Amino acid sequence: MTGIAAAAHEAVGLVRGGDPELIRIVSLSLRVSLSAVAIAAAVGLPLGAAIAVSRFAGRKTVIVVLNALLGLPSVVVGLLVYLLLSRAGPLGAFGILFTPSAMVVAQTVLTLPLVAALSRQVIEDAWAEYREQLQSLGVQNARAALTLLWDLRYSLVTIVLAAFGRAVAEVGAVMIVGGNIDGVTRVMTTAIALETSKGDLPLALGLGFVLLAIVLAMNSAAQLLKESAQRRYG
Amino acid sequence: MSAEVDVRAPLSLLPLRLEALAFVVGERRIIDDISIELGAGPRSVIVGPNGAGKSVLLRICHGLLKPTSGVVHWNAPEIPGAPRRQAMVFQRPMMLRRSAIANVTYALEVAGVPRGDRALRAREALERVGLARLADHPARVLSGGEQQRLALARAWALRPEVLFLDEPTASLDPGATHEIEAIVRAMHESGTKIVMVTHNLGQARRLGDEILFMHHGRIAERAAVGRFFRQPASPEAAKFIEGELPW
Repeated sequence: MTGIAAAAHEAVGLVRGGDPELIRIVSLSLRVSLSAVAIAAAVGLPLGAAIAVSRFAGRKTVIVVLNALLGLPSVVVGLLVYLLLSRAGPLGAFGILFTPSAMVVAQTVLTLPLVAALSRQVIEDAWAEYREQLQSLGVQNARAALTLLWDLRYSLVTIVLAAFGRAVAEVGAVMIVGGNIDGVTRVMTTAIALETSKGDLPLALGLGFVLLAIVLAMNSAAQLLKESAQRRYG
Repeated sequence: MSAEVDVRAPLSLLPLRLEALAFVVGERRIIDDISIELGAGPRSVIVGPNGAGKSVLLRICHGLLKPTSGVVHWNAPEIPGAPRRQAMVFQRPMMLRRSAIANVTYALEVAGVPRGDRALRAREALERVGLARLADHPARVLSGGEQQRLALARAWALRPEVLFLDEPTASLDPGATHEIEAIVRAMHESGTKIVMVTHNLGQARRLGDEILFMHHGRIAERAAVGRFFRQPASPEAAKFIEGELPW
């Protein structure tokens, strides 16, 4: 018990003192996960909206697959991206395996289905309410998708933040494609896994605190944003 | 209104001709062989019991539903993607999560009205429905009556040749209903053809010039409003007016 208390104490010290290693790891984590989620949102939101408002053959299958991908294990994503990016793989020529870029690719693959599937659901529900009026005004599908994306922006921000939470907290994919190389590809989750197994509890705990704080802050921000928007726009 | 050139296509949308129209879902013939012509001018009010097919007929005319068979023939056929010359107001108005005036300018933007003209035209429309002071309020927090007036302003700003209304006052109190009726009257006076579905026989009497009585997916009777209520020709219409048919 005293060991844990001492480690926690030391961890707080590391966080408050701005330990350079801790800062480096945290900032790489944020850089990788924010980049991945930005790409996933830029592709996933329009994709979700397009699926929501259009009717095409095989639409149901696409939705089922997309929803199934919500439960994609991050280690499987890591493995697939690893195979793609390894020297012998189809994208091996880029030579980005074991770099932060590879981690961005893996987390994008991980969060894109989440953004697309959840936004498709939210937008399709709203489309049921909006469709007749928009069609009456002569709005074509592409514009309807954009209108819905804008009108539902506060609900969609919540989805994007959830995707960020998944990205920043996952360990399997970044471990496999990044390799947890000290100073290059070590992020919060892989560092926690490593330091724990090495027995360096203070750093692991300190990173754990930071990770928790980030996820908490993100979710409160999403909640506040949504509530204030609801009060303002109904 | 003033200095603007009328860019309406010279050919009028009306008359609207429906030929042998049918809308079938499974075994149910919701619209069953309707052939009528709706010309410019008189306000046409469609009444009838629940499930008679009134709202479906309106949606087919407006192009929101495709008939199972039959033809909807406008005098000047609509070009897909071109600005619409007809508008519709629904029982429950759908407002975008933006200000009242932005809901109107959105419709004008879709209709291809140049950016510079939109704000003025939207403000004009809001003034006509008495919502000018609420222009910058979020549309969705307006009351039900205000939202319906906003829906009418949105339609009016488009200067449609035909306005379809699907029970626009069904969920409103008498005061709000009165305001809506006044706006519909004014739109009619400004030259818009009114085609309205209502449950409210008092409203049909107040707003209608002619009544189309629907029963079991057919137009059972079509008559001038005075005659329809004085001496309905069909037994179903007589029963309906007596309040014996459910509505």
